[in-house]
Amino acid sequence: MTGPREQFRPEGHDNDHFLLTSVVGSYPKPKWHDRAREMFEDPDADFGKAEWEEAKDDASKLITEEHEHAGLDTVVDGEMRRNEMVEYFAELIDGYEFNGRVKVWGHNYFDKPSIAEEVEYGEEWLVDEYTFTSSVASRPVKVPITGPYTLARWAFNEAYETTEEASYALADLVNEEVERLVDAGATYIQIDEPALAQYEDDHAIVGECLERITDGLPEDVRLGLHVCYGDYSRIYPEMLDYPVHEYDLELANGDYEQLDVFKNDEFTKDFAMGVVDAHVAEVESVEEIKDNIKRGLEVVPPEQLTVSPDCGIKLLPREVAYGKMENMVQAAREIEQELDAGEIDAVAGSAQASAGD
Amino acid sequence: MTQVVSTTPGLFPLPDWAKDELSRLKGHQKSDLISGDEDPEVVDAYDRAREEVLSLQQSAGLDRVTEGQLRWDDMIAHPLAVADAVDTRGIVRYYNNNNFYREPVVTGDLAATGDVAPELDAAAEHVDTGLQAVLPGPYSLADLATDEHYGDDAAFLDAIADFLASEADQFPDIETLFLLEPSLVENAPGEGADERASEAIDTVASAVDADVIAHTYWGAIEEKVYAHLMDADVDAIGFDLIADHEQNVYNVQEYGTKDDVALGLVDGQNTFVEPPETIRERVEWFVEQTDGDYDTVYATANTGLFYLPVNKFEATVEALAEAAAIEVISA
Repeated sequence: MTGPREQFRPEGHDNDHFLLTSVVGSYPKPKWHDRAREMFEDPDADFGKAEWEEAKDDASKLITEEHEHAGLDTVVDGEMRRNEMVEYFAELIDGYEFNGRVKVWGHNYFDKPSIAEEVEYGEEWLVDEYTFTSSVASRPVKVPITGPYTLARWAFNEAYETTEEASYALADLVNEEVERLVDAGATYIQIDEPALAQYEDDHAIVGECLERITDGLPEDVRLGLHVCYGDYSRIYPEMLDYPVHEYDLELANGDYEQLDVFKNDEFTKDFAMGVVDAHVAEVESVEEIKDNIKRGLEVVPPEQLTVSPDCGIKLLPREVAYGKMENMVQAAREIEQELDAGEIDAVAGSAQASAGD
Repeated sequence: MTQVVSTTPGLFPLPDWAKDELSRLKGHQKSDLISGDEDPEVVDAYDRAREEVLSLQQSAGLDRVTEGQLRWDDMIAHPLAVADAVDTRGIVRYYNNNNFYREPVVTGDLAATGDVAPELDAAAEHVDTGLQAVLPGPYSLADLATDEHYGDDAAFLDAIADFLASEADQFPDIETLFLLEPSLVENAPGEGADERASEAIDTVASAVDADVIAHTYWGAIEEKVYAHLMDADVDAIGFDLIADHEQNVYNVQEYGTKDDVALGLVDGQNTFVEPPETIRERVEWFVEQTDGDYDTVYATANTGLFYLPVNKFEATVEALAEAAAIEVISA
């Protein structure tokens, strides 16, 4: 009903219930990795492309293993090879150009690219990243990709009449990349569309983008959509029609104020709910996270619930990021045990789920 | 004979060296943003940046020159953000942009700080003719702020208008004053508030002995709001022809406009810079559509220019100056 999910249950999983644990993608970079980048960018330093590639491999391996050590069922390499979620792709796609930094707020800037010409695939995006990560991982690897609508909306658009047209052109490229990833063995892909939270009225454009992205995709590939920091009532329940299996949503930050939005209409897909806040540099306790997970069970039954942080956690101190992952997994496992033992009563759709079994 | 005068709504990007230098000196956090009592090193960096943008506009041949509002970390909310009796709280979204400013919360009686005038005094030392001041329009500033003191919308708007007027009262001699009023489009005033918005603009406009432009952008204002705005004693109303040329032309056809007009002809939020000829054609098109016999057409970008990387900001300024300098207008 909600797509291929059991393939991610680890062998020897202790509990009958299985709450899939995952991350959104980004993770704090080790300090030495930042220094390696500075040296690579410094023409006077004796630090060339080979050394920089090795540093990226090392960081990718380290963070993948850190995710596994935290006990996550699906892992990411923390996006160690990526500088920023739009810039990274814009540097690889033909048609984009960079003119310089623009203000976001205060003295925080973004190297906002321009779509100067019609876009073409350009250089390889993520297959090498995926291949490397899966070679060092013992758990399944999730691949986050910035979605076409965000790639269009968070750039200057010189080449297309509308953001919509630019989004569709980019969606065709994302489709090409997803096919390459699937050929390379990827089974779990997440499209990140934070710009949708800013322009909710464009949800139909994002829907059409997803139709293009999933065109020709095998059934057993799990596809997620991540949207954060917006008013979900303006895209729900319409978004349930998107051709994805899972919605990864930020809710801990707003203390689940928006949770009721998802209760009015049945949540017919998988719900990947943020259970730790990505912008609070304190590790939530296992008990607190368990309470949050139970909020998710008000919306969907356990077999549809994925447990995840609100958003990418790259801005947190690394030890805090790790602590959140570790406690999140621990909380999920304890909730599974309590579900097995029948200690949790109020579970959304439980009657209906058992009727369907 | 219509005179085409090139200008901008201000709000410039910092030169790249100043982005780096001021990031280093001030920091990246909310508490590091401008407070009105900067360290001498910070003041010095802004002085050098201001001179650079003044020189850039003059070299390009722009007819009206602004100091660029480079210190305005909070975009048009700045004058309140540095005022007494105002708390700056969370970082909130600036209109529907991917930009953020500190929410100014008014907690007591507002009084002018004199924060804006010294920037103009400093600019005046380098500018012989064509100095332009920029202020938020009172309606937009009230819209971006939160009132915890005055208690009702009308009293709050009046207080904001008086506050801006007393800031403007301290200005040196200026040629023009742009009052930026995007909220008239983005969060249109309702019945009664529309008339008060116009009166508030009047209050600020009457504080200066200069041509005053009430500049609207991100669309066209509703007809009734426009009709009230026409009652304000300003010299020109500004229209964003990039966001919505049809409705803006309709408003002018239906309700007329002032003897002067400001036209947002280039997109302050896109790196694609139209050629000067195209910009000039847009002037001719508007004049023809509105059958206008204008004394002055201000040729401007629709929005402030901080959205752009520096090279495109410079190209935009140059294109506007060149567009205005093209000979012949068919009116």
